[in-house]
Amino acid sequence: MPLLPAVLLLVLFLAGPIAYCVYYAFTDMQLTGSAVTHFVGLANFTKALHDPQFINSVVLTVVFVVGSAVIGQNTFGLALAVLMAKASKPVRQITTGVVVAAWVLPEVVAGYLMYAFFFQQGSLNAILGGLGLPRQNWLYTMPILAVCLANVWRGTAFSMMVYSAALDEVPQELVEAAMVDGAGPWQRLWRVTLPVIRRTITTNLMLITLQTLAVFGLIYTMTHGGPGNRTETLPIFMYQQAFQNSLIGYGTAIALVLLLVGAVFSAVYLRLLKLEDD
Amino acid sequence: MALTDSTRRLSLRQPRSKPKPGRSPAATGGLSGLRRHLASRLAVNGVLLLVSLAFLLPLLWMLLASLNAHADFTLSVPSPPTFHNFGAVLNTTTTFQPMLNGLLLCGGGTLICVVCSILAAYPLSRYRSRLRRPFLYTVLFSTGLPITAVMIPVYSMFVQVNLIDSMLGTTLFLGASALPFGIWLMKNFMDGVPLVLEEAARIDGAGWFQVLWRVVLPLMRSGVTVVTIFTFIGMWGNFFVPFILLLSPEKLPASVSVFNFLSAHDQTQYGQLSAFSILYSIPVVVLYLVLARRFGGGFALGGALKG
Repeated sequence: MPLLPAVLLLVLFLAGPIAYCVYYAFTDMQLTGSAVTHFVGLANFTKALHDPQFINSVVLTVVFVVGSAVIGQNTFGLALAVLMAKASKPVRQITTGVVVAAWVLPEVVAGYLMYAFFFQQGSLNAILGGLGLPRQNWLYTMPILAVCLANVWRGTAFSMMVYSAALDEVPQELVEAAMVDGAGPWQRLWRVTLPVIRRTITTNLMLITLQTLAVFGLIYTMTHGGPGNRTETLPIFMYQQAFQNSLIGYGTAIALVLLLVGAVFSAVYLRLLKLEDD
Repeated sequence: MALTDSTRRLSLRQPRSKPKPGRSPAATGGLSGLRRHLASRLAVNGVLLLVSLAFLLPLLWMLLASLNAHADFTLSVPSPPTFHNFGAVLNTTTTFQPMLNGLLLCGGGTLICVVCSILAAYPLSRYRSRLRRPFLYTVLFSTGLPITAVMIPVYSMFVQVNLIDSMLGTTLFLGASALPFGIWLMKNFMDGVPLVLEEAARIDGAGWFQVLWRVVLPLMRSGVTVVTIFTFIGMWGNFFVPFILLLSPEKLPASVSVFNFLSAHDQTQYGQLSAFSILYSIPVVVLYLVLARRFGGGFALGGALKG
Protein backbone atom coordinates (compact mmCIF):
# COMPACT_ATOMS: atom_id res chain seq x y z
CA MET A 1 0.00 0.00 0.00
CA PRO A 2 1.77 3.20 -1.18
CA LEU A 3 -0.13 5.30 1.36
CA LEU A 4 1.69 3.61 4.20
CA PRO A 5 4.83 5.77 4.60
CA ALA A 6 2.83 8.97 4.58
CA VAL A 7 0.24 7.64 7.02
CA LEU A 8 2.98 6.36 9.31
CA LEU A 9 4.77 9.71 9.38
CA LEU A 10 1.56 11.66 9.84
CA VAL A 11 0.41 9.46 12.70
CA LEU A 12 3.79 9.46 14.43
CA PHE A 13 4.67 13.11 14.07
CA LEU A 14 1.36 14.95 13.81
CA ALA A 15 -1.49 12.87 15.20
CA GLY A 16 0.77 11.60 17.98
CA PRO A 17 1.74 15.05 19.27
CA ILE A 18 -1.86 16.24 19.01
CA ALA A 19 -3.02 13.30 21.12
CA TYR A 20 -0.18 13.99 23.56
CA CYS A 21 -1.20 17.62 23.57
CA VAL A 22 -4.70 16.70 24.68
CA TYR A 23 -3.28 14.46 27.40
CA TYR A 24 -0.56 16.80 28.72
CA ALA A 25 -2.96 19.70 28.88
CA PHE A 26 -4.66 17.96 31.79
CA THR A 27 -1.46 17.29 33.74
CA ASP A 28 0.93 19.36 35.85
CA MET A 29 3.96 18.20 33.89
CA GLN A 30 7.10 20.25 34.45
CA LEU A 31 10.32 20.54 32.54
CA THR A 32 12.76 20.37 35.41
CA GLY A 33 13.46 17.29 37.49
CA SER A 34 11.90 13.90 37.09
CA ALA A 35 9.03 14.72 39.45
CA VAL A 36 5.96 12.60 39.00
CA THR A 37 3.37 14.01 36.66
CA HIS A 38 -0.14 14.21 38.05
CA PHE A 39 -3.44 14.35 36.33
CA VAL A 40 -4.95 17.68 37.31
CA GLY A 41 -8.17 17.79 35.33
CA LEU A 42 -9.16 21.20 34.16
CA ALA A 43 -6.78 23.02 36.51
CA ASN A 44 -4.60 24.36 33.68
CA PHE A 45 -7.61 25.82 31.94
CA THR A 46 -9.09 27.42 35.05
CA LYS A 47 -5.65 28.78 35.80
CA ALA A 48 -5.49 30.27 32.31
CA LEU A 49 -8.87 31.92 32.66
CA HIS A 50 -7.73 33.60 35.86
CA ASP A 51 -4.32 34.50 34.50
CA PRO A 52 -4.25 38.15 33.37
CA GLN A 53 -1.21 37.33 31.24
CA PHE A 54 -3.16 34.68 29.35
CA ILE A 55 -6.09 37.05 28.80
CA ASN A 56 -3.57 39.65 27.65
CA SER A 57 -2.10 37.29 25.10
CA VAL A 58 -5.53 36.28 23.82
CA VAL A 59 -6.36 39.95 23.26
CA LEU A 60 -2.99 40.56 21.58
CA THR A 61 -3.47 37.53 19.34
CA VAL A 62 -6.87 38.82 18.24
CA VAL A 63 -5.42 42.29 17.59
CA PHE A 64 -2.51 40.77 15.69
CA VAL A 65 -4.64 38.45 13.55
CA VAL A 66 -7.41 40.96 12.81
CA GLY A 67 -5.07 43.91 12.40
CA SER A 68 -2.27 42.38 10.36
CA ALA A 69 -4.07 39.60 8.47
CA VAL A 70 -7.79 40.29 8.09
CA ILE A 71 -7.43 44.05 7.66
CA GLY A 72 -3.78 44.51 6.73
CA GLN A 73 -2.69 41.72 4.40
CA ASN A 74 -6.14 41.03 3.01
CA THR A 75 -7.29 44.57 2.20
CA PHE A 76 -3.88 45.77 1.18
CA GLY A 77 -3.26 42.70 -0.96
CA LEU A 78 -6.60 43.15 -2.70
CA ALA A 79 -5.92 46.87 -3.25
CA LEU A 80 -2.52 46.10 -4.74
CA ALA A 81 -3.97 43.44 -7.02
CA VAL A 82 -6.72 45.80 -8.25
CA LEU A 83 -4.25 48.61 -8.85
CA MET A 84 -1.77 46.32 -10.57
CA ALA A 85 -4.41 45.23 -13.06
CA LYS A 86 -4.51 48.88 -14.18
CA ALA A 87 -0.83 49.70 -13.98
CA SER A 88 1.68 49.62 -16.80
CA LYS A 89 3.77 46.51 -17.17
CA PRO A 90 7.14 47.69 -15.79
CA VAL A 91 5.46 49.15 -12.69
CA ARG A 92 3.57 45.91 -12.19
CA GLN A 93 6.78 43.93 -12.43
CA ILE A 94 8.63 46.19 -10.01
CA THR A 95 5.82 46.07 -7.44
CA THR A 96 5.46 42.29 -7.68
CA GLY A 97 9.21 41.84 -7.39
CA VAL A 98 9.63 43.96 -4.28
CA VAL A 99 6.52 42.73 -2.46
CA VAL A 100 7.30 39.09 -3.19
CA ALA A 101 10.93 39.56 -2.11
CA ALA A 102 9.70 40.47 1.38
CA TRP A 103 7.59 37.31 1.36
CA VAL A 104 10.33 34.94 0.19
CA LEU A 105 12.88 36.00 2.82
CA PRO A 106 13.28 33.63 5.78
CA GLU A 107 11.20 34.56 8.82
CA VAL A 108 14.10 35.53 11.05
CA VAL A 109 15.69 37.73 8.40
CA ALA A 110 12.35 39.49 7.93
CA GLY A 111 12.15 39.99 11.70
CA TYR A 112 15.65 41.41 11.79
CA LEU A 113 14.95 43.83 8.95
CA MET A 114 11.73 44.98 10.56
CA TYR A 115 13.52 45.43 13.88
CA ALA A 116 16.05 47.65 12.13
CA PHE A 117 13.27 49.52 10.33
CA PHE A 118 11.30 50.34 13.48
CA PHE A 119 14.34 50.90 15.70
CA GLN A 120 14.73 54.33 17.25
CA GLN A 121 17.60 55.22 14.91
CA GLY A 122 16.04 53.22 12.08
CA SER A 123 14.71 54.06 8.64
CA LEU A 124 11.12 54.78 9.67
CA ASN A 125 12.12 57.53 12.08
CA ALA A 126 14.59 58.92 9.56
CA ILE A 127 11.74 59.25 7.04
CA LEU A 128 9.35 60.72 9.59
CA GLY A 129 12.02 63.20 10.66
CA GLY A 130 12.67 64.11 7.04
CA LEU A 131 8.96 64.83 6.55
CA GLY A 132 8.87 66.91 9.73
CA LEU A 133 6.72 64.38 11.57
CA PRO A 134 7.34 63.33 15.19
CA ARG A 135 9.74 60.42 15.67
CA GLN A 136 9.29 57.85 18.36
CA ASN A 137 10.66 54.63 19.72
CA TRP A 138 8.16 52.42 17.89
CA LEU A 139 9.23 49.17 19.49
CA TYR A 140 8.58 50.73 22.86
CA THR A 141 5.62 53.05 22.35
CA MET A 142 3.54 50.90 19.99
CA PRO A 143 5.17 47.47 19.77
CA ILE A 144 2.00 45.68 18.69
CA LEU A 145 1.51 48.13 15.82
CA ALA A 146 5.13 47.56 14.80
CA VAL A 147 4.77 43.76 14.70
CA CYS A 148 1.43 44.09 12.85
CA LEU A 149 3.02 46.31 10.21
CA ALA A 150 5.94 43.89 10.02
CA ASN A 151 3.54 41.04 9.34
CA VAL A 152 1.82 43.13 6.66
CA TRP A 153 5.19 43.81 5.06
CA ARG A 154 6.06 40.14 5.12
CA GLY A 155 2.73 38.54 4.27
CA THR A 156 0.89 40.82 1.85
CA ALA A 157 2.49 39.15 -1.17
CA PHE A 158 0.43 36.00 -0.58
CA SER A 159 -2.93 37.80 -0.69
CA MET A 160 -1.72 39.92 -3.59
CA MET A 161 -0.86 36.87 -5.69
CA VAL A 162 -4.08 35.09 -4.78
CA TYR A 163 -6.17 38.11 -5.70
CA SER A 164 -4.24 38.85 -8.88
CA ALA A 165 -5.00 35.33 -10.05
CA ALA A 166 -8.67 35.71 -9.09
CA LEU A 167 -9.04 39.08 -10.82
CA ASP A 168 -7.67 37.59 -14.04
CA GLU A 169 -10.61 35.22 -14.05
CA VAL A 170 -13.33 37.86 -13.66
CA PRO A 171 -15.20 37.77 -16.98
CA GLN A 172 -14.40 40.94 -18.92
CA GLU A 173 -17.94 41.07 -20.41
CA LEU A 174 -19.42 41.63 -16.95
CA VAL A 175 -17.14 44.57 -16.25
CA GLU A 176 -17.80 46.06 -19.67
CA ALA A 177 -21.54 45.63 -19.31
CA ALA A 178 -21.43 47.52 -16.01
CA MET A 179 -19.36 50.23 -17.68
CA VAL A 180 -21.93 50.62 -20.46
CA ASP A 181 -24.64 50.93 -17.79
CA GLY A 182 -22.68 53.85 -16.40
CA ALA A 183 -21.09 52.33 -13.31
CA GLY A 184 -18.01 54.17 -12.03
CA PRO A 185 -14.83 52.36 -11.04
CA TRP A 186 -15.91 52.05 -7.38
CA GLN A 187 -19.31 50.70 -8.30
CA ARG A 188 -17.73 48.22 -10.69
CA LEU A 189 -15.44 47.05 -7.90
CA TRP A 190 -18.22 46.79 -5.29
CA ARG A 191 -21.03 45.46 -7.41
CA VAL A 192 -19.23 43.33 -9.98
CA THR A 193 -15.68 42.36 -9.14
CA LEU A 194 -15.97 41.68 -5.42
CA PRO A 195 -19.13 39.53 -5.67
CA VAL A 196 -17.49 37.47 -8.41
CA ILE A 197 -14.36 36.76 -6.36
CA ARG A 198 -16.32 36.29 -3.12
CA ARG A 199 -15.20 32.70 -2.67
CA THR A 200 -11.55 33.59 -3.13
CA ILE A 201 -11.90 36.31 -0.50
CA THR A 202 -13.24 33.90 2.11
CA THR A 203 -10.66 31.21 1.40
CA ASN A 204 -7.85 33.75 1.44
CA LEU A 205 -9.10 35.12 4.76
CA MET A 206 -9.11 31.62 6.21
CA LEU A 207 -5.60 30.85 5.04
CA ILE A 208 -3.96 34.06 6.19
CA THR A 209 -5.77 33.84 9.53
CA LEU A 210 -4.29 30.38 10.05
CA GLN A 211 -0.83 31.52 8.98
CA THR A 212 -0.90 34.58 11.21
CA LEU A 213 -2.21 32.63 14.18
CA ALA A 214 0.95 30.52 14.07
CA VAL A 215 3.48 33.35 13.65
CA PHE A 216 6.32 32.94 16.15
CA GLY A 217 9.73 33.76 14.65
CA LEU A 218 8.83 37.20 13.36
CA ILE A 219 7.57 38.53 16.68
CA TYR A 220 10.19 36.69 18.70
CA THR A 221 13.00 38.17 16.61
CA MET A 222 11.58 41.68 16.80
CA THR A 223 10.52 41.97 20.42
CA HIS A 224 10.81 38.62 22.28
CA GLY A 225 7.20 39.29 23.26
CA GLY A 226 8.12 42.50 25.04
CA PRO A 227 8.51 45.17 26.17
CA GLY A 228 6.86 43.72 29.25
CA ASN A 229 4.36 41.42 27.61
CA ARG A 230 2.96 43.86 25.10
CA THR A 231 3.57 41.71 22.03
CA GLU A 232 3.13 38.38 23.75
CA THR A 233 0.73 36.59 21.40
CA LEU A 234 -0.42 33.04 22.22
CA PRO A 235 2.50 31.21 20.54
CA ILE A 236 5.02 33.36 22.42
CA PHE A 237 3.13 33.05 25.72
CA MET A 238 2.96 29.29 25.22
CA TYR A 239 6.70 29.10 24.57
CA GLN A 240 7.56 31.20 27.61
CA GLN A 241 5.34 29.22 29.96
CA ALA A 242 6.64 25.88 28.75
CA PHE A 243 10.35 26.62 28.38
CA GLN A 244 11.16 29.67 30.46
CA ASN A 245 8.83 28.89 33.36
CA SER A 246 9.23 25.12 32.82
CA LEU A 247 5.47 24.57 33.01
CA ILE A 248 5.03 22.03 30.23
CA GLY A 249 1.50 21.12 31.33
CA TYR A 250 0.35 24.74 31.36
CA GLY A 251 2.14 25.52 28.10
CA THR A 252 0.49 22.54 26.46
CA ALA A 253 -2.94 23.65 27.64
CA ILE A 254 -2.31 26.96 25.88
CA ALA A 255 -1.10 25.07 22.81
CA LEU A 256 -4.34 23.09 22.88
CA VAL A 257 -6.35 26.32 22.89
CA LEU A 258 -4.32 27.55 19.93
CA LEU A 259 -4.78 24.23 18.17
CA LEU A 260 -8.54 24.28 18.74
CA VAL A 261 -8.86 27.83 17.38
CA GLY A 262 -6.82 26.73 14.38
CA ALA A 263 -8.97 23.63 13.97
CA VAL A 264 -12.14 25.71 13.88
CA PHE A 265 -10.76 27.95 11.15
CA SER A 266 -9.40 24.92 9.33
CA ALA A 267 -12.82 23.26 9.43
CA VAL A 268 -14.47 26.35 8.00
CA TYR A 269 -11.81 26.41 5.28
CA LEU A 270 -12.59 22.78 4.50
CA ARG A 271 -16.29 23.50 4.17
CA LEU A 272 -15.54 26.37 1.84
CA LEU A 273 -13.53 24.15 -0.46
CA LYS A 274 -16.02 21.27 -0.59
CA LEU A 275 -14.26 18.41 -2.34
CA GLU A 276 -15.79 17.25 -5.59
CA ASP A 277 -18.33 14.46 -5.18
CA ASP A 278 -17.36 11.02 -6.27
CA MET B 1 -3.77 69.33 -25.61
CA ALA B 2 -6.31 69.16 -28.38
CA LEU B 3 -8.47 66.75 -26.45
CA THR B 4 -9.99 69.31 -24.09
CA ASP B 5 -13.12 70.26 -26.01
CA SER B 6 -14.36 66.73 -26.18
CA THR B 7 -14.22 66.10 -22.43
CA ARG B 8 -17.77 67.31 -21.89
CA ARG B 9 -19.21 64.51 -23.92
CA LEU B 10 -19.42 61.87 -21.24
CA SER B 11 -21.21 62.26 -17.96
CA LEU B 12 -18.81 60.10 -15.98
CA ARG B 13 -16.60 61.64 -13.32
CA GLN B 14 -13.61 63.62 -14.45
CA PRO B 15 -10.12 62.63 -13.37
CA ARG B 16 -8.76 64.69 -10.53
CA SER B 17 -5.13 64.66 -11.49
CA LYS B 18 -3.84 66.70 -14.39
CA PRO B 19 -3.53 64.73 -17.59
CA LYS B 20 -0.03 64.57 -18.97
CA PRO B 21 0.96 63.56 -22.43
CA GLY B 22 1.32 59.82 -22.51
CA ARG B 23 3.56 57.98 -24.87
CA SER B 24 1.36 55.06 -25.75
CA PRO B 25 -2.35 55.84 -26.07
CA ALA B 26 -3.62 52.32 -25.57
CA ALA B 27 -7.18 53.10 -24.57
CA THR B 28 -10.24 52.82 -26.70
CA GLY B 29 -13.62 54.52 -26.55
CA GLY B 30 -13.47 58.27 -27.10
CA LEU B 31 -10.90 60.94 -26.63
CA SER B 32 -11.96 61.94 -23.13
CA GLY B 33 -11.89 58.30 -22.20
CA LEU B 34 -8.33 58.21 -23.43
CA ARG B 35 -7.40 61.22 -21.38
CA ARG B 36 -9.00 59.89 -18.24
CA HIS B 37 -7.42 56.56 -18.87
CA LEU B 38 -3.97 58.08 -19.06
CA ALA B 39 -4.48 60.19 -15.96
CA SER B 40 -5.75 57.31 -13.86
CA ARG B 41 -3.03 55.05 -15.12
CA LEU B 42 -0.47 57.65 -14.10
CA ALA B 43 -2.02 57.90 -10.64
CA VAL B 44 -2.11 54.11 -10.27
CA ASN B 45 1.51 53.82 -11.32
CA GLY B 46 2.50 56.55 -8.90
CA VAL B 47 0.76 54.88 -5.95
CA LEU B 48 2.28 51.51 -6.77
CA LEU B 49 5.77 52.96 -7.07
CA LEU B 50 5.37 54.59 -3.65
CA VAL B 51 4.24 51.28 -2.15
CA SER B 52 7.19 49.54 -3.79
CA LEU B 53 9.53 52.12 -2.31
CA ALA B 54 8.11 51.50 1.16
CA PHE B 55 8.54 47.74 0.72
CA LEU B 56 12.00 48.22 -0.71
CA LEU B 57 13.47 50.36 2.11
CA PRO B 58 14.18 47.55 4.61
CA LEU B 59 15.71 45.42 1.85
CA LEU B 60 17.80 48.34 0.67
CA TRP B 61 19.01 48.94 4.20
CA MET B 62 20.17 45.33 4.47
CA LEU B 63 22.03 45.58 1.18
CA LEU B 64 23.76 48.85 2.06
CA ALA B 65 24.54 47.78 5.62
CA SER B 66 26.19 44.61 4.38
CA LEU B 67 28.58 46.71 2.29
CA ASN B 68 29.27 49.16 5.08
CA ALA B 69 32.16 48.67 7.48
CA HIS B 70 30.49 50.90 10.08
CA ALA B 71 26.84 49.95 9.59
CA ASP B 72 24.13 51.10 11.97
CA PHE B 73 20.35 51.24 11.62
CA THR B 74 20.39 54.40 9.57
CA LEU B 75 19.95 54.08 5.85
CA SER B 76 23.22 55.40 4.48
CA VAL B 77 25.34 54.76 1.43
CA PRO B 78 28.67 53.21 2.49
CA SER B 79 31.72 55.15 1.44
CA PRO B 80 33.65 53.34 0.25
CA PRO B 81 31.60 50.12 -0.14
CA THR B 82 33.47 47.10 1.11
CA PHE B 83 33.08 43.34 1.08
CA HIS B 84 34.76 43.19 4.46
CA ASN B 85 31.53 42.06 6.21
CA PHE B 86 31.11 39.14 3.84
CA GLY B 87 34.73 38.18 4.37
CA ALA B 88 34.23 38.28 8.13
CA VAL B 89 31.27 35.90 8.16
CA LEU B 90 32.49 33.47 5.52
CA ASN B 91 33.99 30.94 7.89
CA THR B 92 33.03 27.52 9.14
CA THR B 93 31.34 28.43 12.43
CA THR B 94 29.36 31.42 11.24
CA THR B 95 28.27 30.43 7.77
CA PHE B 96 29.39 27.12 6.29
CA GLN B 97 28.38 24.82 9.15
CA PRO B 98 24.87 26.35 9.67
CA MET B 99 24.26 26.36 5.92
CA LEU B 100 25.37 22.73 5.64
CA ASN B 101 23.14 21.81 8.59
CA GLY B 102 20.25 23.62 6.96
CA LEU B 103 20.94 21.77 3.74
CA LEU B 104 20.98 18.40 5.51
CA LEU B 105 17.84 19.08 7.56
CA CYS B 106 15.81 20.74 4.82
CA GLY B 107 17.17 18.57 2.01
CA GLY B 108 16.37 15.42 4.01
CA GLY B 109 12.98 16.73 5.07
CA THR B 110 12.13 17.72 1.51
CA LEU B 111 13.18 14.32 0.18
CA ILE B 112 11.03 12.52 2.74
CA CYS B 113 8.10 14.80 2.06
CA VAL B 114 8.29 14.56 -1.73
CA VAL B 115 8.74 10.76 -1.85
CA CYS B 116 5.91 10.13 0.60
CA SER B 117 3.67 12.66 -1.16
CA ILE B 118 4.17 10.95 -4.50
CA LEU B 119 3.40 7.55 -3.03
CA ALA B 120 0.36 8.86 -1.18
CA ALA B 121 -0.94 11.01 -4.02
CA TYR B 122 -1.04 8.11 -6.48
CA PRO B 123 -3.84 6.05 -4.91
CA LEU B 124 -5.64 9.24 -3.91
CA SER B 125 -5.63 10.44 -7.47
CA ARG B 126 -6.24 7.11 -9.22
CA TYR B 127 -8.34 4.79 -7.13
CA ARG B 128 -11.81 5.32 -5.82
CA SER B 129 -12.28 3.81 -2.40
CA ARG B 130 -14.26 4.49 0.73
CA LEU B 131 -11.13 5.71 2.48
CA ARG B 132 -10.28 8.26 -0.16
CA ARG B 133 -12.53 11.13 0.86
CA PRO B 134 -12.00 10.92 4.62
CA PHE B 135 -8.27 10.74 4.03
CA LEU B 136 -8.28 13.75 1.72
CA TYR B 137 -10.36 15.69 4.20
CA THR B 138 -7.95 14.85 7.00
CA VAL B 139 -4.98 15.90 4.88
CA LEU B 140 -6.61 19.17 3.93
CA PHE B 141 -7.68 19.77 7.51
CA SER B 142 -4.14 19.27 8.78
CA THR B 143 -2.70 21.75 6.29
CA GLY B 144 -4.54 24.35 8.33
CA LEU B 145 -3.44 23.31 11.80
CA PRO B 146 -0.90 25.68 13.34
CA ILE B 147 2.31 23.61 13.58
CA THR B 148 3.56 26.14 16.12
CA ALA B 149 1.03 24.77 18.60
CA VAL B 150 2.30 21.18 18.30
CA MET B 151 5.89 22.04 19.13
CA ILE B 152 5.59 21.68 22.91
CA PRO B 153 4.05 18.18 22.80
CA VAL B 154 6.56 17.26 20.09
CA TYR B 155 9.33 18.42 22.38
CA SER B 156 7.98 16.32 25.28
CA MET B 157 7.59 13.30 23.02
CA PHE B 158 11.10 13.71 21.66
CA VAL B 159 12.48 13.93 25.19
CA GLN B 160 10.83 10.62 26.08
CA VAL B 161 12.12 8.74 23.04
CA ASN B 162 15.51 10.45 23.24
CA LEU B 163 15.26 12.26 19.93
CA ILE B 164 16.03 15.73 21.26
CA ASP B 165 19.07 17.30 19.62
CA SER B 166 18.95 14.65 16.91
CA MET B 167 19.32 15.80 13.31
CA LEU B 168 17.48 12.70 12.14
CA GLY B 169 14.52 13.32 14.44
CA THR B 170 14.29 16.95 13.38
CA THR B 171 14.53 15.98 9.71
CA LEU B 172 11.73 13.45 10.12
CA PHE B 173 9.54 15.96 11.88
CA LEU B 174 10.20 18.63 9.24
CA GLY B 175 9.29 16.12 6.55
CA ALA B 176 6.12 15.05 8.32
CA SER B 177 4.96 18.58 9.03
CA ALA B 178 5.22 19.48 5.35
CA LEU B 179 3.40 16.32 4.25
CA PRO B 180 -0.24 17.48 4.32
CA PHE B 181 0.42 20.37 1.97
CA GLY B 182 2.78 18.23 -0.11
CA ILE B 183 0.24 15.44 -0.57
CA TRP B 184 -2.50 17.89 -1.43
CA LEU B 185 -0.43 19.76 -4.02
CA MET B 186 0.98 16.56 -5.50
CA LYS B 187 -2.46 15.01 -5.81
CA ASN B 188 -3.73 18.05 -7.69
CA PHE B 189 -0.81 17.88 -10.11
CA MET B 190 -1.30 14.13 -10.57
CA ASP B 191 -4.97 14.64 -11.39
CA GLY B 192 -3.76 16.53 -14.43
CA VAL B 193 -1.98 13.48 -15.91
CA PRO B 194 -4.30 11.68 -18.38
CA LEU B 195 -5.23 8.09 -17.58
CA VAL B 196 -5.00 6.77 -21.15
CA LEU B 197 -1.27 6.11 -21.19
CA GLU B 198 -1.47 4.41 -17.85
CA GLU B 199 -4.12 2.01 -19.09
CA ALA B 200 -1.90 1.02 -21.98
CA ALA B 201 0.92 0.21 -19.59
CA ARG B 202 -1.44 -1.77 -17.39
CA ILE B 203 -2.60 -3.88 -20.33
CA ASP B 204 1.06 -4.66 -20.96
CA GLY B 205 1.13 -6.05 -17.42
CA ALA B 206 2.86 -3.30 -15.44
CA GLY B 207 2.25 -3.12 -11.68
CA TRP B 208 1.25 0.07 -9.89
CA PHE B 209 4.81 0.98 -8.98
CA GLN B 210 6.05 0.57 -12.53
CA VAL B 211 3.14 2.63 -13.84
CA LEU B 212 3.85 5.35 -11.30
CA TRP B 213 7.60 5.36 -11.91
CA ARG B 214 7.67 4.90 -15.68
CA VAL B 215 4.49 6.62 -16.85
CA VAL B 216 3.01 9.04 -14.33
CA LEU B 217 6.13 10.64 -12.83
CA PRO B 218 7.83 11.51 -16.10
CA LEU B 219 4.62 13.27 -17.14
CA MET B 220 4.41 15.40 -14.02
CA ARG B 221 8.01 16.45 -13.69
CA SER B 222 7.10 20.13 -13.35
CA GLY B 223 4.57 19.36 -10.63
CA VAL B 224 7.19 17.45 -8.65
CA THR B 225 9.62 20.33 -9.11
CA VAL B 226 7.08 22.83 -7.79
CA VAL B 227 6.35 20.72 -4.71
CA THR B 228 10.06 20.15 -4.07
CA ILE B 229 11.05 23.80 -4.32
CA PHE B 230 8.06 24.95 -2.33
CA THR B 231 8.70 22.47 0.48
CA PHE B 232 12.37 23.35 0.61
CA ILE B 233 11.73 27.11 0.77
CA GLY B 234 9.26 26.57 3.61
CA MET B 235 11.72 24.48 5.62
CA TRP B 236 14.72 26.70 4.95
CA GLY B 237 12.93 29.63 6.57
CA ASN B 238 11.49 27.59 9.44
CA PHE B 239 12.83 28.86 12.72
CA PHE B 240 10.66 27.40 15.48
CA VAL B 241 11.10 23.67 14.75
CA PRO B 242 14.93 23.50 14.88
CA PHE B 243 14.95 26.16 17.62
CA ILE B 244 12.97 23.79 19.86
CA LEU B 245 14.29 20.39 18.78
CA LEU B 246 18.02 21.06 18.42
CA LEU B 247 20.37 22.19 21.18
CA SER B 248 24.02 21.80 20.16
CA PRO B 249 25.41 24.89 18.43
CA GLU B 250 27.17 22.71 15.84
CA LYS B 251 23.86 21.18 14.71
CA LEU B 252 21.88 24.40 14.29
CA PRO B 253 20.78 25.44 10.81
CA ALA B 254 21.14 29.00 9.55
CA SER B 255 17.60 29.96 10.57
CA VAL B 256 18.48 29.51 14.24
CA SER B 257 22.12 30.58 14.09
CA VAL B 258 21.17 33.91 12.50
CA PHE B 259 18.84 34.45 15.44
CA ASN B 260 21.56 33.69 17.99
CA PHE B 261 23.90 35.93 16.05
CA LEU B 262 21.22 38.64 16.27
CA SER B 263 20.70 38.46 20.00
CA ALA B 264 24.29 37.82 21.05
CA HIS B 265 26.17 40.50 19.17
CA ASP B 266 26.69 44.13 19.96
CA GLN B 267 25.73 47.04 17.78
CA THR B 268 28.96 47.21 15.83
CA GLN B 269 28.17 44.05 13.90
CA TYR B 270 25.05 44.97 11.96
CA GLY B 271 27.09 44.93 8.79
CA GLN B 272 28.13 41.32 9.35
CA LEU B 273 24.64 40.34 10.40
CA SER B 274 23.26 41.82 7.20
CA ALA B 275 25.90 40.10 5.13
CA PHE B 276 25.02 36.78 6.76
CA SER B 277 21.29 37.41 6.28
CA ILE B 278 21.89 37.95 2.60
CA LEU B 279 23.97 34.78 2.26
CA TYR B 280 21.32 32.83 4.15
CA SER B 281 18.51 34.21 1.95
CA ILE B 282 20.21 33.59 -1.39
CA PRO B 283 19.18 29.91 -1.77
CA VAL B 284 15.46 30.57 -1.32
CA VAL B 285 15.49 33.66 -3.51
CA VAL B 286 17.22 31.71 -6.28
CA LEU B 287 14.81 28.76 -5.94
CA TYR B 288 11.86 31.13 -5.97
CA LEU B 289 13.14 32.81 -9.12
CA VAL B 290 13.45 29.42 -10.81
CA LEU B 291 9.89 28.65 -9.78
CA ALA B 292 8.47 31.99 -10.91
CA ARG B 293 10.35 31.98 -14.19
CA ARG B 294 9.43 28.45 -15.20
CA PHE B 295 5.95 28.11 -13.81
CA GLY B 296 4.49 31.64 -13.74
CA GLY B 297 3.44 33.88 -10.90
CA GLY B 298 0.49 32.59 -8.89
CA PHE B 299 1.30 28.97 -9.87
CA ALA B 300 1.26 26.70 -6.85
CA LEU B 301 -1.15 28.78 -4.82
CA GLY B 302 -3.93 27.56 -7.07
CA GLY B 303 -3.54 24.14 -5.51
CA ALA B 304 -4.24 25.51 -2.06
CA LEU B 305 -7.28 27.50 -3.09
CA LYS B 306 -9.12 25.21 -5.46
CA GLY B 307 -10.93 22.06 -4.46
